Amino acid sequence: MSDQTDLDYIVAHSKARAFYPTYERKEELQHQTHYCPGCGHGMVHKMVAQAIDELGIQDRTILISPVGCSVFAYYYFDVGNVQAAHGRAPAVATAVKRTRPESIVISYQGDGDLAAIGSAEILHAANRGENISVIFVNNAIYSMTGGQMAPTTLMGQASTTSPGGRTPAEGYPLHICELLATLEAPVYLERVALGNNKQVAQAARAVRKAIENQVNGLGFSLVEVLSPCPTIWKMSAVEAQRWIHDVMEKTFVPRVYRDRTQTAEARPAPGPAISLEKVPAMLGVAAKETPAAFAGEGAATAEIDWQVRIAGFGGQGVLLLGEMMAEAGLDAGLEVSWLPSYGPEMRSGTSNCHVRLAREPIDSPLVGHPHVLVAMNEPSLHKFGSSVRRGGWVLYNGDDVPPECERRDVHIVARSFTHLADELGDARAANMVALGAVLEIAQVLPEASVDHALGRLVKSPRWLDLDARALTRGREVLREWRGEVCHAE
Amino acid sequence: MADGRRDGGRLQVDTDECKGCGLCVEACPPKVIALSERLNHYGYRTAEYAGAGCTGCGICFLVCPEPGAITVLRLKRRPAGAAEGASV
Ligand SMILES: Cc1ncc(C[n+]2csc(CCOP(=O)(O)OP(=O)(O)O)c2C)c(N)n1
Ligand code: SF4
Ligand code: SF4
Ligand code: SF4
Repeated sequence: MSDQTDLDYIVAHSKARAFYPTYERKEELQHQTHYCPGCGHGMVHKMVAQAIDELGIQDRTILISPVGCSVFAYYYFDVGNVQAAHGRAPAVATAVKRTRPESIVISYQGDGDLAAIGSAEILHAANRGENISVIFVNNAIYSMTGGQMAPTTLMGQASTTSPGGRTPAEGYPLHICELLATLEAPVYLERVALGNNKQVAQAARAVRKAIENQVNGLGFSLVEVLSPCPTIWKMSAVEAQRWIHDVMEKTFVPRVYRDRTQTAEARPAPGPAISLEKVPAMLGVAAKETPAAFAGEGAATAEIDWQVRIAGFGGQGVLLLGEMMAEAGLDAGLEVSWLPSYGPEMRSGTSNCHVRLAREPIDSPLVGHPHVLVAMNEPSLHKFGSSVRRGGWVLYNGDDVPPECERRDVHIVARSFTHLADELGDARAANMVALGAVLEIAQVLPEASVDHALGRLVKSPRWLDLDARALTRGREVLREWRGEVCHAE
Repeated sequence: MADGRRDGGRLQVDTDECKGCGLCVEACPPKVIALSERLNHYGYRTAEYAGAGCTGCGICFLVCPEPGAITVLRLKRRPAGAAEGASV
């Protein structure tokens, strides 16, 4: 500063270091947050940032931002950031804290986010006593989406979805602090308000305490902040502040609902993760020294990306077929994914799974356009037949392809795998006949890997023997087919 | 200032960041903040120091929703005679 007399002044309060100096969200708004004038989120952000500065934890803080007006918190806080799906912040915070116990994890949420769609996540995180700090900004409304009723909306309060005011037909305001205070695990629960200077100062202390508790390893802390939303409440900033004090806090009483900060013992840090080497023994499978280098003959460097869809009735072993491929792929050192998709029925009903085998990491386990479709029954062929890529393969468990499912741009192998398996001794081995054919097509899984996978997934010696023969039969079927007429031109 | 009596604090407002919500005006105990007549380039009347008597209490900083709109300076208490300043 230029003024000579300023030399006698020191900076007592200024922007927290935990904020970025400027915000890159929008070219023309580098100095401004996106919040409306007088928005409580801004005040709470400052309290969080101040606490981070004071506790000296900026380099190990990870902020989980929600969906709601504060969705962009990561543009402002110069800390680690994760933006969670609506309501899921406490679950994400749990994962982050457990995998990085040295980090300080702050779950920042609105009342729609926490008390409506995320009510399960907050309840269970609190019940587990996760060592996280939750900052819960309650403005009694869904603000970002334009003012719909929230579980926290006051009785009689108008919203776009309760224009005549909330009535008992919409339930009653949900009291989160009171609710969580019925649980054993939480260490600290306090509701504060931003209704006047004194309350604002108390809110800042509470926010700091909730974060400090985590630094001290004490466990779950939550601060609920009654916070103004002048825009949706259709008030001036000053009126909104007064409304909190005069009206809102009659429903939501600010006070400490739980404070075991003095008596709580620091929770032991989670033990080190089990070493990978021990996992096979714990699962009762034989350990393998190293993942086999990919053994596909002569194909060690070729691109591999096989996408397979397998569909049939529940009970036809459709999921096991896919699991076998994935297991064998793992054994062969490939990247694999196996995504089962089935109804609640154990036997009848339909089921299908998506399998990918690749050399590069797999982006999505979903297989929309398979290279290979195994259709174990006619409905599956109807459902998925047209999704197969041109030049791909359809393996159909039936001797005749229904005319409407014929395609000239794919290879169609139609044989009753069920019948072939029956000839081998048990019709239920049809899935393995089909698998044999798939393996013969894809040619990326070495037989040894398939044997290993079979050994791991099939325990009964009778079935092991039958399945091995079924696999061989399936390979033969494909070779026979290759010698026959090719449907694809 | 010639008589040596100085305000206990000073208010600085970043007029690029202030959104003119008026919360600081309301909150300041000695009521030494007002909103400007001029609009900033976003169209807000911004907070400004009006008159004398800031105590440096920092309440305006606490209630302001904007991370860096307000900076509060406080008069340095120093032994008589020491003259060098350290403010930035
Ligand atoms: C899964 C899902 N459902 C619904 C929405 C729409 N949505 C966005 S924000 C929001 C409510 C936010 O309200 P609140 O958590 O109170 O935050 P505020 O905006 O008031 O700060 C909703 C329902 C969404 N983004 N995602
Ligand atoms: S709508 Fe309400 S909660 Fe959202 S930014 Fe504006 S004042 Fe804040
Ligand atoms: S520091 Fe205190 S006295 Fe000075 S302007 Fe801010 S609120 Fe008013
Ligand atoms: S509280 Fe902050 S944003 Fe609001 S008028 Fe004062 S300085 Fe401006």
